[in-house]
Amino acid sequence: MGILDSKIPKGPLADKWTNHKNHIELVNPANKRNIDVIVVGTGLAGGSAAATLAELGYNVKTFCYQDSPRRAHSIAAQGGVNAAKNYQGDGDSVYRLFYDTVKGGDYRSREANVYRLAQVSTNIIDQCVAQGVPFAREYGGLLDNRSFGGVLVSRTFYAKGQTGQQLLLGAYAAMNRQIQRGKIKSHTRHEMLDIVLVDGKARGIIARNLVTGEIERHSAHAVVLATGGYGNLFFLSTYCMGANVMAAWKAHKRGAFFANPCFTQIHPTCIPVSGDHQSKLTLMSESLRNDGRIWVPKRLEDAKAIQEGKLKPTQLKEEDRDYYLERRYPAFGNLVPRDVASRAAKERCDAGFGVNKTGEAVYLDFDSAIMRYGREKALTSGIKDPDNKTVRELGEKVVEAKYGNLFQMYEKIVDQNPYKTPMMIYPAVHYTMGGLWVDYNLQTSIPGCYAAGEANFSDHGANRLGASALMQGLADGYFVLPYTIGDYLSKDIRTGEISTDLPEFEAAETHVKERIAKLMSGKGIHSVDYYHKKLGKIMWNKCGMSRNAKELQEAIDEIAALRADFWENVKVPGTADNKNQELEKAGRVADFLELGELFAKDALTRNESCGGHFREEYQTPEGEALRDDENFKFVSAWEYKGEPKDAVLHKEELVYENIELKTRSYK
Amino acid sequence: MKLNLKIWRQKNADTKGEMVSYPLNGIEEDMSFLEMLDVLNEQLINKGEEPVEFDHDCREGICGTCSLMINGRAHGPDTRITACQLHMRSFNDGDEIVIEPWRAKAFPVVKDLIVDRSAFDRIQQAGGYISINTSGNPVDANAIPIEKDMADKAFNAATCIGCGACVAACKNASAMLFTSAKVSQFALLPQGQVEAAERVQNMVRQMDLEGFGNCTNTGACEVECPKGISLENIARMNREYLSASVKG
Ligand SMILES: Cc1cc2nc3c(=O)[nH]c(=O)nc-3n(C[C@H](O)[C@H](O)[C@H](O)COP(=O)(O)OP(=O)(O)OC[C@H]3O[C@@H](n4cnc5c(N)ncnc54)[C@H](O)[C@@H]3O)c2cc1C
Ligand code: SF4
Ligand code: FES
Repeated sequence: MGILDSKIPKGPLADKWTNHKNHIELVNPANKRNIDVIVVGTGLAGGSAAATLAELGYNVKTFCYQDSPRRAHSIAAQGGVNAAKNYQGDGDSVYRLFYDTVKGGDYRSREANVYRLAQVSTNIIDQCVAQGVPFAREYGGLLDNRSFGGVLVSRTFYAKGQTGQQLLLGAYAAMNRQIQRGKIKSHTRHEMLDIVLVDGKARGIIARNLVTGEIERHSAHAVVLATGGYGNLFFLSTYCMGANVMAAWKAHKRGAFFANPCFTQIHPTCIPVSGDHQSKLTLMSESLRNDGRIWVPKRLEDAKAIQEGKLKPTQLKEEDRDYYLERRYPAFGNLVPRDVASRAAKERCDAGFGVNKTGEAVYLDFDSAIMRYGREKALTSGIKDPDNKTVRELGEKVVEAKYGNLFQMYEKIVDQNPYKTPMMIYPAVHYTMGGLWVDYNLQTSIPGCYAAGEANFSDHGANRLGASALMQGLADGYFVLPYTIGDYLSKDIRTGEISTDLPEFEAAETHVKERIAKLMSGKGIHSVDYYHKKLGKIMWNKCGMSRNAKELQEAIDEIAALRADFWENVKVPGTADNKNQELEKAGRVADFLELGELFAKDALTRNESCGGHFREEYQTPEGEALRDDENFKFVSAWEYKGEPKDAVLHKEELVYENIELKTRSYK
Repeated sequence: MKLNLKIWRQKNADTKGEMVSYPLNGIEEDMSFLEMLDVLNEQLINKGEEPVEFDHDCREGICGTCSLMINGRAHGPDTRITACQLHMRSFNDGDEIVIEPWRAKAFPVVKDLIVDRSAFDRIQQAGGYISINTSGNPVDANAIPIEKDMADKAFNAATCIGCGACVAACKNASAMLFTSAKVSQFALLPQGQVEAAERVQNMVRQMDLEGFGNCTNTGACEVECPKGISLENIARMNREYLSASVKG
């Protein structure tokens, strides 16, 4: 086991969580009043954790860089949240959700964690409905469900295309109630710049007030990091502009192990890049794959004509189209998991079949769905022998009711009407499965420092299934962390308030101030974005959807060189004692320039293909991922040792007692 | 295309601001409005000047962070979108574009185009929730069926992104549309009814305390709201408020 102790409870899988919860040390209510907890991040994970900890009686301080907790990146989640409610009676169960998640993650996640996630998933829906989250309902007044990729049941709860927004507003409301009661102190427009350890334990943070530039010390008995994912490492992604790795990376540099950094999700259905000015990419929800069919032309000359604008997709006959997902994966068709769908799109585009100017797009076509729904609607409305035009009109109405807001979003960005011509889509960076290593209690390798939500690595293995991130964030925040943290805090009831005058706080503050001074004193040749874009290019080209040893090694060297250049030549205008967005960006990009190197090293070390990590050297003759369970059935947990590339690898062997390891097949 | 930008510059809350002109070339139609500002900022940085600060995060119309008054209209000339969803194809070569922050007493300027909207948070802290603990044991989610129509209405009210365009568009800087959307979301659901009277009174009281203006029913808020939040919500809130006051 080495120095990694995952603390997975003994006993049968289904009883582990209940037994563990029953044996956790409790803190009595009077003592909770004397215990402070810092929660950094107010997305689904942080917001729900902060509210629940405050309800339990702890004094909570929250931090977010936005101007309101409600604006955390979780707000942007579109499609839905999974739960094993089996309301549809289609054979769903806790076990099936558990099994789908482990399989979907390509057998690189922990059985016990995933099982617990599936168990508490049902509580999430109960809790959210009680809070007033307006999920979609059927005419009978009961909750509605939809399907997502990689599964054969309907277990996804949703609120149109705004599920993340509604869930986050629920958590935010729960926070507000505690803010009003004085149990949460909310710090907005504050960025955590470092974590403070006293006697080896996490005892506080250093934060910058982004409005005044003031550097502040905040102490607590434990620190929870719920700071989201690090996909903005690639510059272009579906993340919000401010998403960053700073909090997790600072914890890593102070002793928290970083797990599986190279496990990144590249989502298959995003609006393609339109030019060099592009600042972010927009997701088109996976739910569209319920009805959209993905294709490219069968013949290269047709693809060429389309690229040159001489041929329209609607002019191409059915037999001249290649519905490559339906062809390659007949069982799951267009609903294969994300990693599989993304790679298949890249394969077609690399072979020259792409359908936009740059050849980096495939079609997502709703024509069949429109006609099918239209015929159904005509029948149910008693229209006999309707002509094609009527069917189409009826069908478009049905599709509009289902996906209207997404279609509108697409039209606004691309300036094409997706009811009349197929959407163009291409894969984009969307989620990071890797993150801070945590044990079963969600504690990192720093005592007293916990990680929740996308910031930790724990539940999705090498690939995350759709609608499972919201589930995990809320499971961690509402139902797991507030209890497991009690075990640790029960030993702190006599500690008393932690003073921010301790030398450790002094030292951390000095360190932070020196770093800011250094960022402000670059030679002033290139802007922060210049470096961020360069880093993004290296990551996308050499550490993206398919990777090989040679290019990964090149990436490591190029990133190190870029980092040196950055520190020498970056230009940060303005001053540090005022609002300064360039300084904020500079701090974030500086961390990405370190993480990128570790990312490439992790990918280089993992000599297998699994989930979102595809190594060209390891594939089947048909081009499917070739996993190596004998040698790589472990979590890579990296310990910081100076330069990122000098990090030391610790392996947590994964044990499968309840699921048989198989080659993942969606054929 | 070529543009002439006029932008509000203000160092911080304590200094006075002014409009500054920036000519800008080489803008493409496919760029979003914020990407156009990115181009301007890159040029300013390279010239050694301070870039224009503006609030933004998701850049897809859902977080409610972006908040620009463009040629006198909240979120710009197009309807039902936020400033970050606006594209340059809505403008013409040679256009003059005036960009200002939200103007309202309750939204003081932080810097340049950024304002402080924490008043919205405080209105919600005053009562925008259902008092239920996570640590409790709520009933099964399907135990109380909710009429689809009601659920949809509650959802529509709940889609408010808290951007503040309604306040900026209103000549009285009233926050009625925002507050009423929040009140309605809960009032329409059975779960929210228990505390309905207290909620509406507390939220309205806080709204007044924050210094937002009165509603004179001009409807400008609904026109500029990127999410199409309906004036019906204001009527509903007024009814809720009246009946709460009657109950005392
Ligand atoms: C477009 C899009 C659509 C998605 N759709 C779905 C979906 O349908 N279903 C699904 O399950 N998942 C979906 N996901 C994924 C899911 O939304 C995220 O994984 C999840 O919301 C992350 O939640 P979180 O609480 O971990 O972090 P976040 O919501 O990212 O919150 C991070 C928080 O940390 C704060 N923070 C970060 N750094 C610092 C710092 N240094 N100092 C202070 N504060 C800091 C931020 O202010 C923020 O409050 C989607 C993601 C995207 C991008
Ligand atoms: S009501 Fe509309 S304009 Fe006002 S804050 Fe909500 S979304 Fe913005
Ligand atoms: S930046 Fe999020 S709504 Fe505009």
